[in-house]
Amino acid sequence: MSVAALLPIAVPLVAAGLSMALLGRLRAQRAIGIAASAATLTAAVWLLIGVHHGGPVTVVVGAWEAPIGISLVADRLSAVLLVVAEVMLAGVLAFAMGRRGDERSMRFFHPVYHVLAAGVAISFLTGDLFTLFVGFEVMLMASYVLLTHRADAARVRSTITYVVVGLVASVFFLVAIALTYAATGTVDLAELASRLDTVPSSVRSLLALTTLVVFGIKAAVFPLFFWLPDSYPAAPAPVTAIFAGLLTKVGVYAILRTRTLLFAEDGPSELLLVVAGATMVAGVLGAIAQDDIKRILSFHIVSQIGYMIMGIALFTAASLAATVFYVVHHIAVKTSLFLIGGLIEDVEGTGSLRRIGGLARSRPLLAALFLPAALSLAGLPPFSGFVAKLALVEAGVSAGSWAIVGVSVTVSLLTLVSMTKIWNGAFLGEPEGPPAVAERRKLPVLSTAAAAAVVAVGLAVAAVAGPLLDYAGDTAAGLGAAVVEEAP
Amino acid sequence: MTLLLPVLAGVLFAGGTYLVLTRALARILVGLALLAHGANLLLLSAGGRAGAPAFIGEAGAPETAADPLPQALALTAIVITFAVTAFLAALAARAHHLTGSDAVEDDVEDRRVARSTPEGTS
Repeated sequence: MSVAALLPIAVPLVAAGLSMALLGRLRAQRAIGIAASAATLTAAVWLLIGVHHGGPVTVVVGAWEAPIGISLVADRLSAVLLVVAEVMLAGVLAFAMGRRGDERSMRFFHPVYHVLAAGVAISFLTGDLFTLFVGFEVMLMASYVLLTHRADAARVRSTITYVVVGLVASVFFLVAIALTYAATGTVDLAELASRLDTVPSSVRSLLALTTLVVFGIKAAVFPLFFWLPDSYPAAPAPVTAIFAGLLTKVGVYAILRTRTLLFAEDGPSELLLVVAGATMVAGVLGAIAQDDIKRILSFHIVSQIGYMIMGIALFTAASLAATVFYVVHHIAVKTSLFLIGGLIEDVEGTGSLRRIGGLARSRPLLAALFLPAALSLAGLPPFSGFVAKLALVEAGVSAGSWAIVGVSVTVSLLTLVSMTKIWNGAFLGEPEGPPAVAERRKLPVLSTAAAAAVVAVGLAVAAVAGPLLDYAGDTAAGLGAAVVEEAP
Repeated sequence: MTLLLPVLAGVLFAGGTYLVLTRALARILVGLALLAHGANLLLLSAGGRAGAPAFIGEAGAPETAADPLPQALALTAIVITFAVTAFLAALAARAHHLTGSDAVEDDVEDRRVARSTPEGTS
């Protein structure tokens, strides 16, 4: 079983090395990519099954025991998120392979993409605060390269903001780790969970706040989200899609993990509730002002993060389960929307709503893919977004937090307005002025198939919503307790 | 000694924060490097008092040895922050090469949206 926890980290790193050695041989790089995706996905599913039946899996790397050595811990939460992440990584890799043109930029895409996959896996599987930092850095470093490779002046400008914010967040993270170590003498999460009880409450609040700021920057919550809508839309379509699907969600995962494991005693948090509401509103209002598909969708990432934070803030078993379900739903739906947006940009030459139109007639396939994903994001039945939002609202009602329930329902309506705007602008109506590309481009087959597959995963989340929500409930119930029991 | 490290870290944080808030990319770069140094010093001082190196089999008894774990963490953090700072330096050089300027610009699309809103154009 312990091999299954190591493979999602080891395989992408080996693949990155091989892929780098075979620079310039695109076919070999593709073969490595397919093999690595298949292997990590299999390992992740194997891990999920193992964790489901046998409880959390702990691997002590290098046989140094927990307080000194590095431990990897897979419980239900990390296993289920890992599986969803690996599915998205595989789908987006297929999408990237299917895109036409620029073969030179694909040469470096493959090795760096594998490093990103390894970073995401480290972040989900680590049982140690410092290794979480390392996982974040591996992931971020890969994302810096993916954003800037063969970039023009505009992309360099937006990436500089992204790198500076990322570096400042990393410094804050180091400070948080240093303060935690000074207060408790350990950075192992399971050890911390018990030792933090003996720390004075003022120091505890300081540590809670510092970690919240760090992960809040990564997760793009209000008021720390400004870097996201600036940098994400500038990247190539597959890069934006995987960033949108995974990177901020790793931040949410870290908030969820620290709140439930380290600071569980604090219980429901007024501060987080306010942050959640403000994040929802700021994101959705930002989206309404935009008229570029990728920028609209980027602001919606921020808005949706608010919902996940809402579940963490309420801090009941039901709300935590809803958050876990929401993260799973959001990863699938957001990735698929960005892939469809990328396809529109590829065939129309632009993502500006003023310059495209009538796609429902000319590209019915894209319309058929976009509609379920967009309605799911807005939270309409019978899609997964409806189940996720319903679960959150129910949790909010039973906790008696009417204000946040009202905000979340209103923001959900505004999301629908925003999705209708994309629908009207891109799929109905007529473009203003001449089209951005003269000739009619065909949809790339493999990319379209990959986007369709990711949409199908999003629909499947809705189809298995009942069992998945139960599973998320079990996951939430196991949070905190699970890792502590497993620690040596 | 124990007071010196935290105070130095504080000075580095203050200088770094000031530099990061400026508009010139070169200053931001130096500021970030200072911030990273401050964080690494803080990591080191989190280990408590100074002492002999903690090697197994050496003469130093556990009571006189310094805590090795923060040192290991600081080493790792130094490597990582060094790499990211180097990357940012390369990026700054590229920005200078492309635009001929060292200033950090605002979000272009954001400014366009902000300008277009009052007239109600879409």
